[in-house]
Formats: sequence, structure tokens, C-alpha cells
Amino acid sequence: MELTGAQILLESLKKEGVDVLFGYPGGAIIDIYDELTKHPELHHILVRHEQAALHAADGYARATGKVGTALVTSGPGATNAVTGIATAYCDSIPLVVFTGQVSTALIGNDAFQEVDIVGITRPCTKHNFLVKDVKDLAKTIRQAYYLARSGRPGPVLVDLPKDVQLGKTEFVWPEDVFMRSYNPNYNPNQGQLKKAIKEIRDAKQPVILAGGGVILSDASSALTELARMVKIPVTCSLMGIGCFPASDPLWLGMCGMHGTYAANMTLNNADLIVCVGARFDDRVTGKLDTFAPKARVVHIDIDPTSIRKNVRVDVPVVADCRLALEALNEIAQTKLTGEDWGKARASWLGTIDSWKQAKPLQWSKGGKYLKPQHVVRVLNEITRGNAIVATEVGQNQMWAAQFYDFDKPRTLITSGGLGTMGYGLPAAMGCQVAFPGKLVVDVAGDGSIQMNIQEMATLVQNKLPVKVLILNNTYLGMVRQWQELFYKHNYSHTSMTGQPDFVKLAEAYGAEGYRINTEEELKPTLEKALASPNPAIIDVTVEPEEDVYPMVPAGAALDEMLLV
Amino acid sequence: MQERHVLSVLVENEPGVLSRVAGLFSGRGYNIYSLNVAPALEEGTSHMTITTFGDAQILEQIMKQLHKIVSVIKVAEYTDIPAVEREMMFVKVQAEGAMRGEILRTVDIFRCKVIDVSPTEMTIEATGDHEKLEAIIGLLHRFGIKEIARTGSVVMRRSSRAD
Repeated sequence: MELTGAQILLESLKKEGVDVLFGYPGGAIIDIYDELTKHPELHHILVRHEQAALHAADGYARATGKVGTALVTSGPGATNAVTGIATAYCDSIPLVVFTGQVSTALIGNDAFQEVDIVGITRPCTKHNFLVKDVKDLAKTIRQAYYLARSGRPGPVLVDLPKDVQLGKTEFVWPEDVFMRSYNPNYNPNQGQLKKAIKEIRDAKQPVILAGGGVILSDASSALTELARMVKIPVTCSLMGIGCFPASDPLWLGMCGMHGTYAANMTLNNADLIVCVGARFDDRVTGKLDTFAPKARVVHIDIDPTSIRKNVRVDVPVVADCRLALEALNEIAQTKLTGEDWGKARASWLGTIDSWKQAKPLQWSKGGKYLKPQHVVRVLNEITRGNAIVATEVGQNQMWAAQFYDFDKPRTLITSGGLGTMGYGLPAAMGCQVAFPGKLVVDVAGDGSIQMNIQEMATLVQNKLPVKVLILNNTYLGMVRQWQELFYKHNYSHTSMTGQPDFVKLAEAYGAEGYRINTEEELKPTLEKALASPNPAIIDVTVEPEEDVYPMVPAGAALDEMLLV
Repeated sequence: MQERHVLSVLVENEPGVLSRVAGLFSGRGYNIYSLNVAPALEEGTSHMTITTFGDAQILEQIMKQLHKIVSVIKVAEYTDIPAVEREMMFVKVQAEGAMRGEILRTVDIFRCKVIDVSPTEMTIEATGDHEKLEAIIGLLHRFGIKEIARTGSVVMRRSSRAD
């Protein structure tokens, strides 16, 4: 039987195991929406802005490990999605984005709501397609999902002209995908692994630096096993947080620009860095010339371009992080278990402990207002580290990363590479769709939250009880902090007086609003809000000019930290 | 050290593939000195020859990044591999009076051809590797070069000499 392109798309989604789409209709995608009501098994969440559809699909993907799916119209629908696509691209999040397009006959004619979205998104997608013939549709969708989830994951865009949505052909689902130009390598080279084992055995002051790749490849337990077996302390990039339990004594905290003193000192004094699924981003390394001067580097990554891009690598291992770590553990079981590693590392771990004791994460007490760090600690205490925490971007994000104890992977949902303000609320929404019964909190700032606050309506419409915790300092706090520290207190356009009343705003959307001003109100009100079955905004007035510390100034060495 | 490198890139012959490759170079700040694209042997594939400048680390990144493009099938670089390299160019030079004889002698020495002539100009077709073409341009300069059109290098691995 012949099906239309719209029908083929939806049948293909079911073949791919898609159960939820985030989207927004429009003229060039209306035929797919028309078909959508006939497929109740495909749950669709109607957002209020296409950017949010992408972030929601992205949050869904991060929380579940599945591919997120978004559906938007042509022209402005597609361009609105670009920030979300770039966000996912920078953090290697698997998404498939379907965009409507004007009919093939009109392409290139500057038709109404026409943009060259394939051209626009070429540098921020893993790959993209313009489907010109309905006969290619099923195969293209198959390839799109395969590309999104395989190798180093990433967003893939499929542009669907209106006549392709309406055109008819036999629906044939290709069971296999073959692309002669795309063959990601998953299996580690045994010779390289043996070299890595030798490095680990010979190192006196080793450290593991784990990144988002560990989470993406579900390698957390293998990583934890390795660290515990040979007693190597672990730090993470922002993207890696949750891949190693924060409650483990080997945990150092996040490293980098706002990393802990212990993590940064450990990196810069290490004689071996075992880097797994991280890419030595400038926010992690600080000034490259002075980064970890004594360290040899073992670098495990599925993407060869990540290796030797920024730092010299002694033992490159191009492989899936989980497969590499499991293979490494297997060798370590026979080659490295003879030694008492606790004893062998005692002096190194002792030095690290003294760094931990000397400069723990802390904040200055006193002042009239609640301290944002304290608010995050109380959130941690109430939720016992069991919530999924999405963040916006800026100070709120760093405080969440520093002061919430993430013990499990896929529980910190944050825009690392691109640093997209407005990410947190829609991403939290995606997490809540994936896990309706879980507590999902968006740790927000009063600046970021307003970049996608319209999604409160989506929460209410779909009964998604996301809790938005605004650390309200009436500033664009992170930029203000830079202005304070490096621009002679010239607070150029970072003050946000005239903020809306977030409590009333929440209520106007049909959600719950809570305000917290004092220590007395903090715990009881937060407990009450978090226990609510409804979406809510909790607006916490915090110290306006609180800074995030430690801080490695941009371009400084990792051990040149500004401290509280 | 900024060295000249010739890359041979086999790609899927599909819309946008040139833009993917060119976009990689512009987006990451790599330099393209010359670029040549044409269909390759296998149906549905194209062969690109890209000449670029960069140190060893940049070259490594370019090769890896090219590989990462989904439409790229194969990437090779010919610095340490025996290969033949050729480029063709047209040079239009001012050619009047006594100059004409001298230009023809130069053309002869380099085994070039004159492919178009007018009372005041000559257009010369030259084929050779990068150095040869640079040498020809150097010698023709004194006559007054009006225009140059070059194809960019194409390159092919030499067959093994051993039987």
C-alpha cells in the first residue's frame, strides 16, 4: 500500500521506537500535524517557542540516553530551532530534528517562510539532509537516527519539503543502515590499552578526568570500578558531573574555571591524567601552556579530532568510553590487582586530602540576604541528591554544579559547550516528560529564566510538575562578576531591576508561585513547593553581589585561582 | 612550521558536500590555497584535491576533521607518499614587438603552448607541478601578466615500482 510522506514519517518514528515529539506546527509542516492526530501512540508536546522544543528534546535525550525528536515548521520555525540544535551539537546530544520546507519547486525562490536551513545548520549538526523525493524518506530517517545515536552522538536535521510530505510511495523500512563514508570505531586497540595500563601502573600521582563522553556511553560504572580498583582520584568537566559518585572519597569535585581547589591542584600536580570522554576545553584547562606541566596523558575518546586538539597526548585510545574502560578493567584485573594501591597512593591521596581540607568549597557568611550556595545545599539536603537538576547558564549553573551532590549519571542536565541561557526550563520539561514520577528542578537565575519562561504554559498544559528555583540576584550575575573582578566594577547593563513578580507570573500561568526571603522561610517553603504535584516557581531573593569561587580568571593557569 | 600540503579527499557526490568541506576550513580558520573538484571513478563519488598550509598539528586536525564529515569517504595526504602532482594554468601576457620572440622561447623551454594570440597579447597554457608553474609565472612577470587562471593541483599516488 502506498503511504504519503507524512504517514511514512510517523510510521518510521514508531519503527525507531520514538514515543514523544516536541514541536510546534506551521504551514510547511501542517500535513505531518494533520496525520499526527491519527497516531495517539506518538505523544506530542506542544511548546511555546521552537527553541524550547529543541531543548526539551535535548533534556529528554540527556535524561534517558535515547534520541530526542523535534518537529518544527520552515523559515522562522527552523531558525528558532538553531540555538537548540547548536546547544545539542556542542554537548554531543543525539537529536533528530524535522523541519518543514517549502515545496521543492519553490526552493530557491525566496518563497514565504523559506530559509536554507540545511545550509544554516551545516556547521552545527552532525549531519543534515534535504529530502527531495518521498522515495528516499524512510531511508533518510533511518540514517538520521543511526547517525544521531552512533559514534560521537549529535543532532541531525531532516528538511522535509511540503510536496515530499504529500507525495506517495510504498513504505519500505530499511532494517539495516550502511553508509560507506561513515564507520565509527568503537573497539579499543589492545596495544594502546596495554600502554595505558603501564602508564597507570607507573604513575605516582595519577588523576582521572572524566567528561560527558562517560555519561553518553553509559560508562559510569566501568569508570567507578577502575578508579576504585587502582585508587585514582576523579575529577570531571561540567559535562561529566554525575558519572562518578560525589559521595566517594576519591571524588575531587569539578575542575576548571570554577572547579574545586583540590581538583585543579591535583590536575596541575599530576604525573598522569587519564582523560575519558572529555576534550580539554579551555574552561577545563585554563592557560594551555601551564596546564598539567608534569603530566603524561592517556586520552580515551570516540572522536579522533578530540585527541591532540588542545593538549599533547602520550597514549591515545580512539574508542567508545565504556568499551575501552571495560577492556581496561579486564586487563587491570589480571595485571594490576597484585599491588596494594591504597598503600601505593597513600602519599598522593594524603596530599590531595590536605588540599581538600585547606580550601573546601565554601562561601562567606554574613550579609543581609540568603546565600545562593546555601540555597543549593538546602535543595540538596531536601532532595537527598535524588532530583534531576537542570540548570540555566551562569552563576546559577556553577553553584548547582558545585554544591549539589550528584551521585548518578544523567541527573545534571546543563548546557556546557554552548552555554545557552534559557536552556534549563525547557530541558527540565523534557526530563519530566521522560520521568513523570521524578522530581525535576530547574536551578535558574532571574536573567536566564526569562529567556524561555513562556514554557511555564507548556508545563501547565501538560501537567508537568517541574520546579523552577530562581536564585534571584537582580543581576546577570556571571557577567556582573567579571565586570566586578576584571572591568573595574563597571556594571555595564547587567543590572536587571524591573524584574517581574515571579510569584504572580507563575500564578498567571496557572502554576504555583513561592517566595523565599529569609533563612526561616527557606527550608519549609522549599519543602512545600517541591512536594507540590503542580509546576511551580520558587523565587529566592539572594545576595545580589555574590561571586562564584574558586575562579580561574580567563587565560590564567589552573592553579592561579581566586578563592573566597 | 607552515608547510604546503596536498590533500586528496574522496567524497559522496551529493548536494552540499563542497559546502561541508569548504565550511570546515573557513569555520576552523584553516587556509585553502587551491581546491579542485570533479567526479571520481566510482559512480556517485567526487574527488577533491585541496592544497593547504599549516604545521603538523594543524594538518592532523584537518585530516581528522575531514574524516569526521559524514559525506567524506577517504582522506589522503601526499607529503610522505610518492605521488604525481600537476596543475594547469592559463597566463595572458602582454606581447608586442620584440617581446613576442622572447615569450615564445620561454614557452618552449617550459614545454608550454600558446593557445590564443592577438596583436598585443598571448595566452599561454602551462602544465606542471606547483614549483614549475611558480617558475613560469616568475619568468613571465617582466613581460607584463594581464590575467592568470589556474585549476589548482590534482594529485595521484604513484604505482608501486616493484614487480
